[in-house]
Amino acid sequence: MHRFANPARFLRLAKVILPYSSGTAVLSLCLGLWFALAASPADYQQGDSVRIMYVHVPAAWMGMFCYVAMAAFSAMALIWKHPLADLLAKATAPVGAAFTFLCLVTGSLWGKPMWGTWWAWDARLTSMLILLFLYLGYMALIDAFDDPERGHKAAAILALVGAVNVPVIKWSVDWWNTLHQPASVVKMGGPAIDSSMLIPLLLMALGFKAYWVSILILRGRAEIAAQKIRVIRMAQIHAASRGE
Amino acid sequence: MESLSGLVHMGGYGGYVWPAYGISIAVLLAVLAASIMAARRSEAELDLLQRSRREKRGGQTEIPE
Repeated sequence: MHRFANPARFLRLAKVILPYSSGTAVLSLCLGLWFALAASPADYQQGDSVRIMYVHVPAAWMGMFCYVAMAAFSAMALIWKHPLADLLAKATAPVGAAFTFLCLVTGSLWGKPMWGTWWAWDARLTSMLILLFLYLGYMALIDAFDDPERGHKAAAILALVGAVNVPVIKWSVDWWNTLHQPASVVKMGGPAIDSSMLIPLLLMALGFKAYWVSILILRGRAEIAAQKIRVIRMAQIHAASRGE
Repeated sequence: MESLSGLVHMGGYGGYVWPAYGISIAVLLAVLAASIMAARRSEAELDLLQRSRREKRGGQTEIPE
């Protein structure tokens, strides 16, 4: 793993991957949108409001996926001190926060016509809101220290502690009596929805994943450059203090 | 979905479906734009710093990657 934790190697790899990841994102999101908005059937009970599912559900998956990725990168940073792991965790946070926010907003827009309410304090909705706050807390904490290393460490610990929320989200619909419906795609015995609805769902999910990879590369590059700038500036300060 | 007006109307749910997609596209594009700008800004600043260091020291000191 240490071989891949080298920033120079990351930058080389990133250069190769970026065109593919962004191409995959654009292609599958365009196709996914076509299926989601036009080529898929309306639901026999929910009518066309079911089309909100094609952003809501993949956004929810990404909100949780990004958190797991962020916690895993944070663990690598704390345990093995990988030079890149902190940067990748930091790069993932805004993407995860964006998808979690979108999950909540689209869920609200779907809840109003289907449940008759924009919001309910049920277990699934509340645990998803906590996920958003965890992302925001992480992003605030990581930049709250003058010493970036301390900020990274504090934020990494928060990310790991907050990871307990992810299984709570996943199984909240089984553990508690929620307004939100239980899982119908990722469940034992295979998905319970028709392929005409599964195709746009999976296309959007693939597009969102590829989007995350692309953003991870862009933000990773920004963080690596920022770190090099800090090193050069420190060297300049040291040189100046020695009177060179 | 047969017609454009049908697509806009969304069987009466247009007021919910379109904002959901509109907000999603806007947020994802905003995060993308911010990320591209962050990468450009940091890399340009680094480039400038490294170039000025090279000029000052006669191209001897290279920051190891």
